[in-house]
Amino acid sequence: MDVKRRKFLKIAGLSAVAGLGVPSAFTNLLQGEALASSSGQGNPAEGHKPAGGHGGHGEESTGTQYGMVIDIKKFAEHQGLADRCINACHTEHNVPDFGNPKDEIKWIWTDDYAHGFTEHSQYKRNAGLNELPVLLTCNHCANPPCVRACPTQATFKNEVGVVVMDFHRCIGCRFCMAACPYGARSFNWRNPREKYANGNYKFYKNGVNPNYPTRMRGVVEKCNFCPERLAVGKLPACVEATGETKAMVFGNVNDPNSEIAKVLNSNFTIQRKPAAGTKPSVFYII
Amino acid sequence: MYDQGKVVTGLAIFVIILTFPVWYNLGATQHVPKPELPKDVKKCVETSAFMRTSHMVLLNQWRDEVVRDENRKLVEVDGIQYTKSLQLGCMKCHPDRKKFCDECHTYTAVDPFCWDCHFQPKETK
Amino acid sequence: MLEKALVGNNKYWAWIFFLLGVISIGGLFYLYQYNYGLGATGMSRDVSWGIYIAQFTFMVGVAAGGVMLVLPYYIHDYKAFGKITILGEFMAIAAVAMCIMFITADLGQPMRIMNVILHPTPNSMLFWDMLVLNGYLFLNAICGWVILNAHNKGVPYPKWVKPFIYLSIPWAFSIHTVTAFLYCGLPGRHFWLTAILAPRFLASAFAAGPALLVLIAMLLKRVANFDAGEKAFQKLGTIITYAALANFFFLGLEFFVAYYSQLPGHMHTLDYLFWGHEEFDNLVLPMRFSLTIGLVATTMLLFPQIKKKEGMFALSCAMLFLSLWIDKGVGMVLGGFVPNPMGRITEYYPTVPEIGITLAVWAAGALILTILFKIAVTVAADDDH
Repeated sequence: MDVKRRKFLKIAGLSAVAGLGVPSAFTNLLQGEALASSSGQGNPAEGHKPAGGHGGHGEESTGTQYGMVIDIKKFAEHQGLADRCINACHTEHNVPDFGNPKDEIKWIWTDDYAHGFTEHSQYKRNAGLNELPVLLTCNHCANPPCVRACPTQATFKNEVGVVVMDFHRCIGCRFCMAACPYGARSFNWRNPREKYANGNYKFYKNGVNPNYPTRMRGVVEKCNFCPERLAVGKLPACVEATGETKAMVFGNVNDPNSEIAKVLNSNFTIQRKPAAGTKPSVFYII
Repeated sequence: MYDQGKVVTGLAIFVIILTFPVWYNLGATQHVPKPELPKDVKKCVETSAFMRTSHMVLLNQWRDEVVRDENRKLVEVDGIQYTKSLQLGCMKCHPDRKKFCDECHTYTAVDPFCWDCHFQPKETK
Repeated sequence: MLEKALVGNNKYWAWIFFLLGVISIGGLFYLYQYNYGLGATGMSRDVSWGIYIAQFTFMVGVAAGGVMLVLPYYIHDYKAFGKITILGEFMAIAAVAMCIMFITADLGQPMRIMNVILHPTPNSMLFWDMLVLNGYLFLNAICGWVILNAHNKGVPYPKWVKPFIYLSIPWAFSIHTVTAFLYCGLPGRHFWLTAILAPRFLASAFAAGPALLVLIAMLLKRVANFDAGEKAFQKLGTIITYAALANFFFLGLEFFVAYYSQLPGHMHTLDYLFWGHEEFDNLVLPMRFSLTIGLVATTMLLFPQIKKKEGMFALSCAMLFLSLWIDKGVGMVLGGFVPNPMGRITEYYPTVPEIGITLAVWAAGALILTILFKIAVTVAADDDH
């Protein structure tokens, strides 16, 4: 039990921030890096540095960065597959469904090409493309603006490159929602544990997963790339739902031997809002 | 002293409000908490004395390790492995929140927000 | 000195109890919001900040506006501001208090507010905003109170306050700059993503803050027999005019950049705010109204003969204040969320509880202001006798 050591480290850390916070914050601002991400860094000897840098173009980070390739043509070939992915995720994570857009919470959802890729040219683009469902979710950016904005490090980048929400720490200021260029974040406007008169939770399709907690009202939530599943060797719920279709490929984009790296290497992929400099880790084959 | 009457009245009201909890509970017999212990399991991750005083510290530490540091390694004590989780760890042996957790929490008037999010084993069935 | 706020005529007490009444009703609405969640407001996934944060942004400006009195009086020794400067400092205190209340009302988990200090995060602009706002509250409380106390005793104020006065001047600029940084550092929100946002905020603040002060000082002249002096009013009028001109000049620059470059992201929100986008246009009328009365008021202020007539001066200040309140306290924040990141539009309508809480915060600000001004006015009146 190293509670004492932990306490000491906390106090030491706090005083260090008090003394060094100002200049180091300044340096970090100048370098455009998310300071909060350093809390989740692995061993610096591995050469892992927070991804980011000027302009967010070109530079490669060498640590683990989980990412996803979504092949939207495969979703057209398999009718209803996108809905199965959404269903898998929202049931797995007890996402509430209040049946109105004002209170809506979603971790993964579909929209058409024109609305998913607002900053790509829609001029003289083939009309058929808009018929295909495009799955949208948190991009787990290598340079996430939400992490920069959060005043309590309730959202942060962990050592495997996932942008995580710590629901215990969130104060519900919703700065991250304003900061996210992808609309990936939802807020618990009301109690997510509300029940219908018949005693059922107002969860997505009434499905309850007893092994995953809910959230409480007043905190922000979003896709976490299923860390609890990755820990036991499973794929994220949405990826698992695509089965053998290869419509979604998940893995470490920085590992040249991973399946996802090979897919990225052999296909032309695009990302949402590349000009935002966020380096999204979700790629699309169109 | 100016305004002697006002000052004394004010002080008296202040003292009454300050001591309100004491005389409000005067004469009421206190129910001594008896948390229900698991029948078949005799060991926990720490001694009873430690758990009694510091289980919340341990839970906070586990939470930070799992959520923030992506360290989900099982905790092994005397050859038995435990999951670092309230819902999937602690509540495997202590399944009844009312008879175990609330017993002392109510007595000490603390209201942790664990169950706003984490399910108790019975809750979802 | 606080006891001076406990003596007043019937009208004074009626006003105090009216404000307390509004605060109590808003308090009940807050209780409801606290128990139900922020779903009690009109905010949604797409418009995730509403009238609370918009009012907060506007009130930071009113607070910063106080510096337009402190600076001429203490740095340039501009004697005509001798009586009114303390009002500027006290108005800043009330405004910052309102900012803190608005932020708290907007939090999903207000009980965890101390997490901002427990887990300090220098890369978050909200962390810095917390620091500068509390710092500004502290500086104005120190300067205003100590100087008034010295005045009350008829002695010169102690020398140690000087550094705090000087510090409060750049600090006033910092509070509104950092508040602008909350918005203008976010990629993907094109309407806010403009380097001119901080100067725009400051210009509108230096017009709106003093305009409100002019109106209150005119009221004090009638109800409390406190005359700040014609020279002070006229000088404030000049400051307001130039700040308003700068504000509308900056707004014009935004229009030029958007519509000359034809960059869709830059045009969308302006389209929505001033012309309406598809069938969505609920802010068009207020925004056009704001622009019109703002420009008319600024033009009126440019003519000395209008400014010298008390009624016309008051009217132009009121129009300008309302114009800037709509522009910044409504359009700036709500507009930034339209269109949403998927290019879709969700409109926002505040709910009754939300408006009730907002009015209560305004009432709480007015209460703080009334008490502080009552003290300041009584001290000044004792002085005259």
